[in-house]
Amino acid sequence: MIGFFKQVGQTTRLMLVALGLSYRLFVQMVRLFRPTMKRFRLVSEQMHFLGNYSLAIISVSGLFVGFVLGLQGYYTLQKYGSESALGLLVALSLVRELGPVVCALLFAGRAGTSLTAEIGLMKAGEQLSAMEMMGIDPVARILAPRFWAGVFTMPILAAVFSAMGIIGGWIVGVLMIGIDAGSFWGQMQGGVDVFKDVLNGVIKSFIFGVTVTFIALYQGFEAQPTPEGVSRSTTSTVVVASLFVLGLDFMLTAFMFSL
Amino acid sequence: MTPNYYDPPAPLIEIKDLRFGYSERMILDGINLVIPKGQVTAIMGASGGGKTTILRLIGGQYKAQSGSVLFDGQDIGQLQTPELMALRRRMGMLFQFGALFTDLSVFDNVAFPLREITHLSESMVRDVVLMKLDAVGLRGAKDLMPSEISGGMARRVALARAIALDPELIMYDEPFAGLDPISLGTAARLIRRLNDAIGLTSIIVSHDLDETFHIADQVIVLANGGVVAQGTPEEVKRSADPLVHQFVTAAPDGPVRFQYPAPSFAEDLGLPANPLTTSEQQLHSALEASGAAPSSHSPNAQGGRA
Repeated sequence: MIGFFKQVGQTTRLMLVALGLSYRLFVQMVRLFRPTMKRFRLVSEQMHFLGNYSLAIISVSGLFVGFVLGLQGYYTLQKYGSESALGLLVALSLVRELGPVVCALLFAGRAGTSLTAEIGLMKAGEQLSAMEMMGIDPVARILAPRFWAGVFTMPILAAVFSAMGIIGGWIVGVLMIGIDAGSFWGQMQGGVDVFKDVLNGVIKSFIFGVTVTFIALYQGFEAQPTPEGVSRSTTSTVVVASLFVLGLDFMLTAFMFSL
Repeated sequence: MTPNYYDPPAPLIEIKDLRFGYSERMILDGINLVIPKGQVTAIMGASGGGKTTILRLIGGQYKAQSGSVLFDGQDIGQLQTPELMALRRRMGMLFQFGALFTDLSVFDNVAFPLREITHLSESMVRDVVLMKLDAVGLRGAKDLMPSEISGGMARRVALARAIALDPELIMYDEPFAGLDPISLGTAARLIRRLNDAIGLTSIIVSHDLDETFHIADQVIVLANGGVVAQGTPEEVKRSADPLVHQFVTAAPDGPVRFQYPAPSFAEDLGLPANPLTTSEQQLHSALEASGAAPSSHSPNAQGGRA
């Protein structure tokens, strides 16, 4: 019985420590925004690394999600004889929901893991220590540029994902099934609101960018400097970031609906 | 060793009553040390004895529980982050495996602190980097990546990087570990030459008796959280302390036991308790007689490290 309470106490304490450490790191990176922007080359290098190399997986996934939305949407809509609204259905699903969320999940798997492993291995190889001993803050030099690059990259990737998805829906709906192209695009144009739908989607993807990139960097920075520790942190990045994204998505959607 | 131009040399680092450890075990328990300016000081001792910890405490990466580390009169434990960062620029540290930035070339590694900290123009950076690389004999390797060079070369590049900002103090963490005899000799000569040529103060943490004793002005031996011997290499070699004697002669058994504390061998093997054979002493002597266990009489005892 005592052992159980000890376990609970220890777990709680460790969680509080993690919470404190992550909060401190987060505040540090937010405060480093201006100094980081002064050396934008470091950020753009990372945006290239995180963004460009994620483009393939994001585009292909977006296309296939669009295909499936086209098929499933057509199946439902044709029951009510309103298959001309397929364009609207595909666009709204992607822009409001699937674009930011699926893109964030893919980003956690593609870019998040590489960030965690990179930082974790730099720590294991004493590179971060070496930097500290030169009088250079590794948070400012290594973590902050990666963080802001991830935050900027994410909305762009989500937009690419949605665009590819809409093209996918068009290929299935218009080219393959034969829905009228005019009503496909016309309903989409009429039904999608720039602020209520598009802007909310962009806000979501921005928040997911902050969440996923921060979790990835934190996991790498606090990784045990051993092969096992880095592998465990990389796994945690995917698990924790995915859960956070899905949980936050529900909260954000509920909040945005009530507006 | 080298002549002392000023006698006695002024201390660069003073460590006073330093205590550091974790709740259950103190690694350093009341250490007092003086590292004189311009000399090569070697800190030796068994693995896990807190040698590297001292370097981390001098660099301000760890905070001591009590006591102080003075660098040129400033207490490192009391400094705020910006002051500490500024002070660290006056010291260089060579990590055990070099800790080179793996995504940067040899040239960029050495240029890194110059580009980050100073406002030198790119042409000046280039000149300084080539000079430092030349000092370690690797000017020709400037375009290689860390994955393309050997461990010994990586450490020399790291040394060039550590001296890029012309520090006053340089700390070497196990500079000889895992080096072949040629690289080892090169590294040792380099440490001595840099110390004398640039007027550095050097601290070497090492196990390697021969090379370290050869180049050090002062040797400090740590054991059980304290300093057990301090003096010139000759003085330490002559020390009467059994621990120091075991260390400098590399004897496998002595005050530091070969055997990690364990229950009697018979008990571990699950043999029935037999008063004739289970006493640890008897078992040990029986094994010794059969040559299965190392003893102080074995020929290895006096061999030391080649």
